Amino acid sequence: MPSKSSSTPKASWGLKLASLGTLLFLHVPIFIIFLYTLTPDERTYTFPLPGITFKWFGVALQRADLWRALKLSLQVAAVATFAALVLGTLAAAAVYRSKFFGREAISFLLVLPIALPGIVTGIALRTAIGGLDIPFSYWTIVIGHATFCVVVVYNNVLARFRRMQGSQIEASMDLGANSFQTFRYVVFPNIATALLAGGMLAFALSFDEVIVTTFTAGQQTTLPIWIFSQLTRPRDRPVTNVVAMFVMLITFLPIVFAQKLSAASSDTEGEPK
Amino acid sequence: MNNSSVVAVRFDGVSRYFGEVRAVDQVDLKIQDGEFFSMLGPSGSGKTTCLRMIAGFDRPTAGRIHLYGQDVSGLPPYERNVNTVFQDYALFPHMNVGDNIAYGLMVKRVPKAERMKRVEEMLELVQLSGFAGRKPSQLSGGQRQRVALARALINHPKVLLLDEPLGALDLKLRQQMQVELKSIQKRVGITFIFVTHDQEEAITMSDRIAVFNQGRIEQIGSPAEIYEKPASPFVAGFVGTSNLVGGEVAKRLTGSEQTFSVRPEKIHLGSAQDTPSPDMIVVDGVIRDVIYLGLYTRYLVEIEGGIDLVVVEQNLKTSSMEALSAKGQKVKLSWHKDHVSRVGG
Repeated sequence: MPSKSSSTPKASWGLKLASLGTLLFLHVPIFIIFLYTLTPDERTYTFPLPGITFKWFGVALQRADLWRALKLSLQVAAVATFAALVLGTLAAAAVYRSKFFGREAISFLLVLPIALPGIVTGIALRTAIGGLDIPFSYWTIVIGHATFCVVVVYNNVLARFRRMQGSQIEASMDLGANSFQTFRYVVFPNIATALLAGGMLAFALSFDEVIVTTFTAGQQTTLPIWIFSQLTRPRDRPVTNVVAMFVMLITFLPIVFAQKLSAASSDTEGEPK
Repeated sequence: MNNSSVVAVRFDGVSRYFGEVRAVDQVDLKIQDGEFFSMLGPSGSGKTTCLRMIAGFDRPTAGRIHLYGQDVSGLPPYERNVNTVFQDYALFPHMNVGDNIAYGLMVKRVPKAERMKRVEEMLELVQLSGFAGRKPSQLSGGQRQRVALARALINHPKVLLLDEPLGALDLKLRQQMQVELKSIQKRVGITFIFVTHDQEEAITMSDRIAVFNQGRIEQIGSPAEIYEKPASPFVAGFVGTSNLVGGEVAKRLTGSEQTFSVRPEKIHLGSAQDTPSPDMIVVDGVIRDVIYLGLYTRYLVEIEGGIDLVVVEQNLKTSSMEALSAKGQKVKLSWHKDHVSRVGG
């Protein structure tokens, strides 16, 4: 990316201070959590720390309920993301390639779940699933998560389709490739990074989702819900901090990577015709 | 290679409607094997839709299309022995030049060694040897154009379709590519169907031209026929500049009320005292405007009935001063009877 620092005017000290203050306000609490993974004190946050200990990492490792929750969260996120990749891509392809009755409406309905408050989606799903006498289970959580995961993939892939030269598909068919070959050799390479970016975002969204999960889960506990339940129990509070730290790292890395990826591809593929 | 008895492409009453719009309306057409055939017309005249129906991207609403005697009206693009050079080239950005050109062979599972060999031949044909490893984004417009051409020709199609392929190039490069396309066509002996809105381009390259207007073909003929003997006012106006004269004035000059056309360069600009030979059509006029254009001068001459005729004279002897001072002079215009073309109406 070209540096624009030479052409932009210098910010005033006041603006710089305000920006720094905002950033600190947003991110200091995260470091506080990191810090209190090391406290020997199990109930209260005292500062400075009375000492430093790594025992909570060990305690966290031995909690079976924690591991069950983590495993469930990973499973749900993986399956919801996979479903989103398939459905989101198909939906984006349909909306991009063909004009049909209700196309705009379908496009709007697809994007709606991410705009709706999670609590509305949650209540709606709970009512619908309950009304249909479907038992609340692992699969109902997956369905709940898929509603907003599909949007992320759909948006990413649709944006990529719109940037892609439409005549590439015709060129491929013209040169003798059937539909399957055209998808494999032309369409897929064009949208691959969009799929990766959308997939990782979807995974991260699903992995730390609380509200919709609360409404669509039965007895299952995903990791965010487990953390939430720990807050009411003051004992072992640093364990929650340890888990919170790992959740942050797990979600943070893919998002950074996904952002890098979409930024890189918009640099190279937006070439002039 | 030009075997005039074999018909490469035949349209039988082909129509294509988009809702109420008749993009192509009852077109009949025969294109000969080995011909360089141009479809010329303004945008929206149906020429590109015709091309897309030959390629298989679009299906006729009515009528049949035959390729070398085979009815292909319902075949998908990948089952037709026809390849296309797209207006925007449509190169695959994620593949290098070599893979782009080899694409048609790759999907047909031609062994790699042969693919490489034929890619080399094609790169040589389009004068891009050594470019196989580059990405399309590293090429200039003219080079992308050549890659698109090589990619289409490597399949040895029976017909090559070119959809305004030179539109994005600057004038110099376009003229160079016109000559090159023509020579490549002669070398490979494939039927070329070339869509363009540029009459000069069509005249430069084509064996025959079909002039399209509002979904119909107005005239089919050699460039000389189209230019010298336009069959309709539209053709006369679209291909080159033309003077159209109709009604009373036409009757007095030619003995018929039918509108006729005469090209500006065929009109001789003489002084009022001239006595032209009897097989010339003669009319008096006054020079209303003079535009000096270096190589030639364009005069606007008002003749009887208030009709303005455009006359073009090469500046063989006249200087700009002389040409410009002619404004307001009385002149005698004359042209040979053979240079009059009836355009009906």
